Amino acid sequence: MNHTKRETNVDNENIEVNLLIEAIRLKYGYDFSGYSRASLKRRIKKRLLDSGSLSISGMINNLLYEKDFFDQLLLDLSINVTEMFRDPLFFKEIRDKVIPELAKLSSVKIWHAGCSTGEEVYSMAIILKEAGIYDKCQIFATDFNQVVLEKAKQGVLSIVNLKQYTQNYQKSGGTGSFTDWYTAKYDLVKLKTTLRKNIMFADHNLATDGVFSEMDLVMCRNVLIYFDRPLQNRVFRLFTDSLTQDGFLTIGSKESIHFSGIADEYDQFSQTQKIFRKI
Amino acid sequence: MKKKRFFDCITIGVSSGGLNALMILFKDLPVDFSVPIVVVQHAKADSGDILAGLLNSKTELRVKTAEEKEELKAGFVYICPANYHLLIEENKTVSLSVEPLVNFARPSIDVLFETASLAYGSHLIGIVLTGASSDGAKGLAQIKNYGGYTIIQDPKTAYSSYMPDAAISACDNPDEILPLEDISARLVDLCRERSS
Ligand SMILES: C[S@@+](CC[C@H](N)C(=O)[O-])C[C@H]1O[C@@H](n2cnc3c(N)ncnc32)[C@H](O)[C@@H]1O
Repeated sequence: MNHTKRETNVDNENIEVNLLIEAIRLKYGYDFSGYSRASLKRRIKKRLLDSGSLSISGMINNLLYEKDFFDQLLLDLSINVTEMFRDPLFFKEIRDKVIPELAKLSSVKIWHAGCSTGEEVYSMAIILKEAGIYDKCQIFATDFNQVVLEKAKQGVLSIVNLKQYTQNYQKSGGTGSFTDWYTAKYDLVKLKTTLRKNIMFADHNLATDGVFSEMDLVMCRNVLIYFDRPLQNRVFRLFTDSLTQDGFLTIGSKESIHFSGIADEYDQFSQTQKIFRKI
Repeated sequence: MKKKRFFDCITIGVSSGGLNALMILFKDLPVDFSVPIVVVQHAKADSGDILAGLLNSKTELRVKTAEEKEELKAGFVYICPANYHLLIEENKTVSLSVEPLVNFARPSIDVLFETASLAYGSHLIGIVLTGASSDGAKGLAQIKNYGGYTIIQDPKTAYSSYMPDAAISACDNPDEILPLEDISARLVDLCRERSS
């Protein structure tokens, strides 16, 4: 064949990535076949560099025989970057528009899908507390990565981010002071345990697991951008089947439901934020 | 006979002084310019996506903020949204990601350049403009390595010369080092070879 060196490299690399993904699925049951490739490849190559393995296919051997190697790879592949009140104006819209609707219900069920280390769900908990409706809420926070779930349960933030989180809190329309919600000791910031009371953290894989029933609000932000269209469609279907009528679906600011096949099952609830209401 | 080169995509990385530089660069590109352009401009996380709007009125090309899974098309300039990395998939669509900062930046120019070079190989032009960062240097070297065409703004004409300088030292033999004012005419030339 008359391929250039680069084409050969890129083609071979794609074969290796496919084999690695298949090995992960067969051995550990995590299915990455529906993830956007460019990002997945970058993450795999990062692990390759850090691990000292010689090639991507060489890593297959490592991950089959060393569980630790796989755990580390999973951590790399699941991008866990998050913040308290990320996109403050989104959370402001939740406070101003969604909370009054939830307040009308006698009990409220909320699902945070892809909650990572918990910052998003604790932000929501603070909003529910400040609105005085926390006690009637049941909050499910799920992720497919146990390491981040364990961290989420601790409810500990790093002090280096505190200044930014405080600003975010204020921009999100916080009614008190962010300091009301944590105690700081040395360089660790511990969120108040009262926030944790109604939150249930659980392992759940959006690519392979099933519905949560009768949710009034599903929040899934900055997870769907990593999925290809068929996987996005699966997950949108899952959310739609999990929501009650009039339930809210919220997604990340750069994510879209337009091409999903469920778009006409929702009204656009907010003009400025990605908040939809099931019809 | 030397085989004709044609280009399917132009990627541009720019940091401080970017708005002015981009206005000058896009001013003279014609409406029928045949190659999509993708730009990473370093910006503050909460700066909103105003750049596309600012540039749109200064050029005949259509400038827009890139959206996830969007297919790259000729006649458009795609600006990476603030606080997301932009990756180009091998099927020539856009992916966005919130993965950690790269070279202290999100979006990172290296992330754009490296994924674009995988997608386009020798049919890619990479351009590094003004900036006070070394982001983009490694990515430009990879573009070159994979057979793409590399252009660096002449540091003497740059608002901040740090980024062009870094790109020059990282990139073994860049194809051209040009004053800002000359880059658009050069792009028109390079991309015209496509149709001829
Ligand atoms: C970038 S974080 C988003 C965190 C938070 N929602 C936010 O916006 O700040 C993405 C999270 O999605 C999780 N994730 C990725 N694929 C998943 C899947 N198939 N099922 C469940 N969680 C997944 C990752 O483990 C990671 O914690």
